[in-house]
Amino acid sequence: MYKIAKEQLPSLYQAIAGSKELYLPIRNAGQVNFGPWSQDAEVDIDVLNSVKSPKDVFFPQSENLYTCEKNGKKLSIKPEELKNQDFVVFGMKACDIKGVEVLDRVFLAEPIDTFYAARRQHGIIVSLACHEPEETCFCKVFGVDAAEPGADVACWAVEDTLYWKPLTEKGEALTSELKDILSLADESDEAKVEEEKNAVRSIIEKLPYTNLSLEGWNKDALKEKFDSPVWEDLYKPCLACGTCTFVCPTCQCYDIKDYDTGHGVKRYRCWDSCMYSDFTMMAHGNNRNSQMQRFRQRFMHKLVYFPANNDGMYSCVGCGRCVAKCPSALNIVKVVKAFQSQGGDK
Amino acid sequence: MQELRNRAKELLADGTVVRILGWRAGDLPYNPEPAYFQSAEELDDFVYNGFCGANLSKYMIEASKLEGKTLVFLKPCDTYSFNQLLKEHRVDRDKAYIIGVGCKGKLNAENLKKLGIKGVQSISGAELSDPCDTLTVQTIYGEKTCSYADAMLERCHVCKGKEHMVYDELIGESKDTKDADRFAEVEKIEKMSPEEKFAFFQSELSKCIRCNACRNVCPACSCRKCVFDSTKFDSSQKANVDSFEEKMFHIIRAFHVAGRCTDCGECSRVCPQGIPLHLFNRKFIKDIDTFYGDFQAGEDTETKAPLTNFTFEDVEPSVVAERR
Amino acid sequence: MSIEKNEEFRPKIVAFCCNWCSYAGADLAGSSRLSYPADVKIIRVPCSCRVNPMFILRAFEKGADGVIMCGCHPGDCHYSTGNYYARRRMTLLFSMLDYIGVENGRTRVEWVSAAEGVKFSVTMNEFVEKIRSLGENVRLGDLRCRN
Repeated sequence: MYKIAKEQLPSLYQAIAGSKELYLPIRNAGQVNFGPWSQDAEVDIDVLNSVKSPKDVFFPQSENLYTCEKNGKKLSIKPEELKNQDFVVFGMKACDIKGVEVLDRVFLAEPIDTFYAARRQHGIIVSLACHEPEETCFCKVFGVDAAEPGADVACWAVEDTLYWKPLTEKGEALTSELKDILSLADESDEAKVEEEKNAVRSIIEKLPYTNLSLEGWNKDALKEKFDSPVWEDLYKPCLACGTCTFVCPTCQCYDIKDYDTGHGVKRYRCWDSCMYSDFTMMAHGNNRNSQMQRFRQRFMHKLVYFPANNDGMYSCVGCGRCVAKCPSALNIVKVVKAFQSQGGDK
Repeated sequence: MQELRNRAKELLADGTVVRILGWRAGDLPYNPEPAYFQSAEELDDFVYNGFCGANLSKYMIEASKLEGKTLVFLKPCDTYSFNQLLKEHRVDRDKAYIIGVGCKGKLNAENLKKLGIKGVQSISGAELSDPCDTLTVQTIYGEKTCSYADAMLERCHVCKGKEHMVYDELIGESKDTKDADRFAEVEKIEKMSPEEKFAFFQSELSKCIRCNACRNVCPACSCRKCVFDSTKFDSSQKANVDSFEEKMFHIIRAFHVAGRCTDCGECSRVCPQGIPLHLFNRKFIKDIDTFYGDFQAGEDTETKAPLTNFTFEDVEPSVVAERR
Repeated sequence: MSIEKNEEFRPKIVAFCCNWCSYAGADLAGSSRLSYPADVKIIRVPCSCRVNPMFILRAFEKGADGVIMCGCHPGDCHYSTGNYYARRRMTLLFSMLDYIGVENGRTRVEWVSAAEGVKFSVTMNEFVEKIRSLGENVRLGDLRCRN
């Protein structure tokens, strides 16, 4: 394990950015989101959750796929280049890393999404353990240990020191590039990190959602859950906005659209939300024509369909963003609880 | 709160209303959700406290399409929206039984985080019966206190007043929360140089994730199908491809509600990225006041809206350039 | 397409002209052999009131450097009152564009009657000159439309 004083972090960022692109949590106009590092960017690693999850580093909200250019009667088609340079994402939390695992299941399965695969191949993830989890967190429910994040390098911020532990070959390689800045940690440092981990874990035990039970959320219950009258009542406050899907670290649906530039067409893809009325719209219309159906789709997908197709892996990681951000204070926890209480009443 | 609950039960029992539109207690101290109640038992979950910021007038659009009368609890500012919807024939007055509820300012859970209060377990001091001066928050990291005003939504600091514009009966007392000028922020921006203005809005709007929460929560955005949802439109309602898309969306959205926006502040409340969207709406309100005389949307149901009206002596658009 | 350094900046100007007055005014300018720059592209609309704020923003999005709207003089609208509504609308829109930091010379409204060929030509010359001095529109364009 290595360490670096927190006040030395700017020089660490600079050293990384010297050879690679660096993405990290940046505060802009009051909100923290992951973005490319620059000399005058305000880095904030103390914030627990960025507003948007860092999934957009690997799967941007909008990205161009190819461009058609019209020149007289000639038409040329130019595909967008794949990511071919290594880059570093610094400060991803354990839940967001689990979110990337979920995305991997989707985009790295056949047929492989080349845009995503290239970014995954060139991305080096430096994670950061959570320090003060909040009431909206429920990552433990999905087997995530906020105190011990995975990735290529794991970091812990304890008091005024950042501890740095490479976990993979990619992580070792990055660490060796930064040898001049990082110093070796000794046994007392290891003990401090252990102490921090235990402290964080004991806080997590006290969080209100930690003991949420997902019993009964599996493929065997598909029909029963799908036909439940609970949805009719649950969806009512939903405004059909896309906040939950766009802040979610695992939502992976996208739409492909054409943009007329006046001298050609850019075909791009952008995140889509199952809450929107034009989601999976086809020539004949829409599969799900009521908000109840769209609402149900989101939660059934996360808790039933996805695990059914992916060895029981839920496509929720308990980051709590939707809990904090839903304009109508609806969220996945309320949905799970509503089904529990319905079961209890019977 | 008990008074509201009891009155709702009475009205349900005597058949005046068939359902109640209010707020249901959440699973955290600060997240009650808008909800329908159909029976006395369900009403046990009813709450009304400082965190019930949602404007229920928006939900009345759907409720007006249902059979029978709906009892709805409206805060003073919500009644402006209701009136405005009434004027636009989006809600049915005969299908609504309005209880005007008192308001001592509504709170924003995000503000607690900004004040460094996290790991919330319980909050006291946010009930309508409380004096609403301080909030005491129990957190995993110890007990914290903060002033009620510091945790309040922006809109409450520039409150239009605690008088209900439309109601059948009133319950609960209110407290004046206005401590700032509604147009102060707009004026500050107007004084900036074009470069500063552009940089300010670019920085704010670059955060937009096109979730459309501002549009969907807005009581004035009551179109059945939004122009931005049109599939024949080559701008997308969900892509933040280029900074232009966000600007286009927010300018046009503000324009579509200009003269109809009551300044209820829901857009700013729900924005996950904390974009001060009210700055767009208030600019239009301020301009309308300056150019065409003071106008408050939702104050009544008869006055002609500024953009569906004109006088022969209106200012020319060149006034914008001449003002500088 | 690259612009040679010594080449003069040729702005793209969109002019929305109402069918009854301003478009006829433009016609008159033409038949009277009054010249105005070819940078101005006219879009004919049935009435100035047809122009909604989205038209103006769309024009900028797709690469216009300046947008001008012309209609009948107030009081002379073919549909009696269309231009009065348009006037309010444009006042508010221009004020908003100014508010978000768009140079306010990029938009203009001018009332041009069917008999005012001279005014049309003079206005367009002036406007093009103004946009030339302001340069390319960078604040309201969509980057994807550029090369």
